[in-house]
Amino acid sequence: MNAIQMILVVLVAFLAGMEGILDEWQFHQPLVACTLIGLVTGHLDLGIILGGQLQMIALGWANIGAAVAPDAALASIASAIILVESGQGTKGVGTATGIAIPLAVAGLFLTMIVRTISTAIVHIMDADAKKASWRKINMWQWIDVCLQGLRIAVPAALLLAIPSTTVQHWLGLMPTWLAQGMSIGGAMVVAVGYAMVINMMASKEVWPFFAIGFALAAIKDLTLIALGAIGLSLALMYLALESKGGNGNGKGGSSSNDNSDTGDPLGDIIDDY
Amino acid sequence: MADKKIKLTKADRFNVMWHSQFLQGSWNYERMQNGGYVYSMIPALRKLYPNKKDLSAALQRHLVFFNTHPYLASPVIGVTLALEEDKANGVPVQDEAIQGVKVGMMGPLAGVGDPVFWYTVRPIVGALGASMAIQGNILGPILFFVIWNVIRLAFLWYTQEFGYRAGSAITKDVSGGLLQKVTRGASMMGMFVLGALIERWVIIKFTPVVSKTPIQKGGYINWDALPKGPRAIQQALIQWNKGNGLSLTKFKTTTLQDNLDSLIPGLAGLLLTFLCMWLLKKKVSPIWIIIGIFVIGVLFHVWHIL
Repeated sequence: MNAIQMILVVLVAFLAGMEGILDEWQFHQPLVACTLIGLVTGHLDLGIILGGQLQMIALGWANIGAAVAPDAALASIASAIILVESGQGTKGVGTATGIAIPLAVAGLFLTMIVRTISTAIVHIMDADAKKASWRKINMWQWIDVCLQGLRIAVPAALLLAIPSTTVQHWLGLMPTWLAQGMSIGGAMVVAVGYAMVINMMASKEVWPFFAIGFALAAIKDLTLIALGAIGLSLALMYLALESKGGNGNGKGGSSSNDNSDTGDPLGDIIDDY
Repeated sequence: MADKKIKLTKADRFNVMWHSQFLQGSWNYERMQNGGYVYSMIPALRKLYPNKKDLSAALQRHLVFFNTHPYLASPVIGVTLALEEDKANGVPVQDEAIQGVKVGMMGPLAGVGDPVFWYTVRPIVGALGASMAIQGNILGPILFFVIWNVIRLAFLWYTQEFGYRAGSAITKDVSGGLLQKVTRGASMMGMFVLGALIERWVIIKFTPVVSKTPIQKGGYINWDALPKGPRAIQQALIQWNKGNGLSLTKFKTTTLQDNLDSLIPGLAGLLLTFLCMWLLKKKVSPIWIIIGIFVIGVLFHVWHIL
């Protein structure tokens, strides 16, 4: 990697760090972050494949309220850098996926540090508001955003400082059975993200939709877009028929954030187990 | 100030929308999105309150606790823009009214945003992109990025405009029918797609061989009868016919996976998902579950089960 590439990698990492907390443009999602790292390092195809693999795992990771999900930004950026430096090509994707998970936890810790610093900054904003100096409030907001960027950019720069021969040496120490086993684990671990999403959304009225989706997916000719269209149509039909129904007993919506009474039969069975 | 009216132009409102993308930038443990909220409002407040004392009061007014889904903050910002505009033009809007609207809206709106955006739109668009990306298709990440941001920016702008036009009247609507309907519809579609994704993408292949039965003569390729040289390869491939023709060996091997697939394809993935749901409900950290699955993957591979 030459100097320009390294600078670009750090810039991508900075962008991902910002987005990890802003959650707007999604530069922190593996699909985008890994692809960008691949693009600037000249290993575009590797970045795309790793991004797709990690995205499947991270589908259910979301920031809700004060809780922060495992940090997709650090996981994608760092594992993409390691994959590129390892020089293993697509064979290294499984290993890189495995490495990403502990990194996602480390990122969580870094977020907590920045958010604690932000608490102090908000008090500076209070003082600026009293003096009506809006420019300073804007400035502090930007400092905060940049801190979030540095949260990922600094670890990325540190990783780049390790010579790629060292990275290759470490990865070379890993036996084949471990690398293959991690690939197998990576393919299964996707289930955790789905389980998180289902636990949030499940209610009595949506389980049939789940069953239909599962059964139809076995027909391999149906693309994901076709399945999405079927799902959307079913939901629209359900809602349309419900509002036409004579004594429409309009239920008060899904109790998505309510854990005590979920109206979720399978969930209740699991709870009682 | 009552004599000359200060209006917020479309450009002002767009500026506010653009700023609101940094809502979570100064997220903190004390008052959460408050810094981002005041940052979003600053372009409007600056214009509405040329008087330094009024501006200071307005800035402080929006530095109170605020937390909702980052996109669903847009309608709240729209409503507060309308209220602040009225206040700046001499309408007696109490500070409490503005706070009341913000607090009243943020709870219910967060309840809509999480299932719709984080649990339906992102998993669906993400899975669509990821399934293409795994095959090395650059369209995967591009599609994800474009679709997501078109939806997001349109949502931010139109809901903020809606809030601005509706003013405080919107608060009645929030707990009402439409938003609930959208949330429910999203959950239905989300669950449908989740069912499909689990079947397709939770990949578990059990390798143990269940049976190995000899195939009758003529059911497999008779390698000795093939012509010599490269023609043999051609002949063999024709007879094999991508697995639809003759068998390559004299034996038919059935793995545990083949048996499972003829029963219910994707059953193992489904059961693993249910197990994860159960563990999550037992308050096991998702991180530990993920690590556990990796350990199991390695162990079962070493034991030749997977």
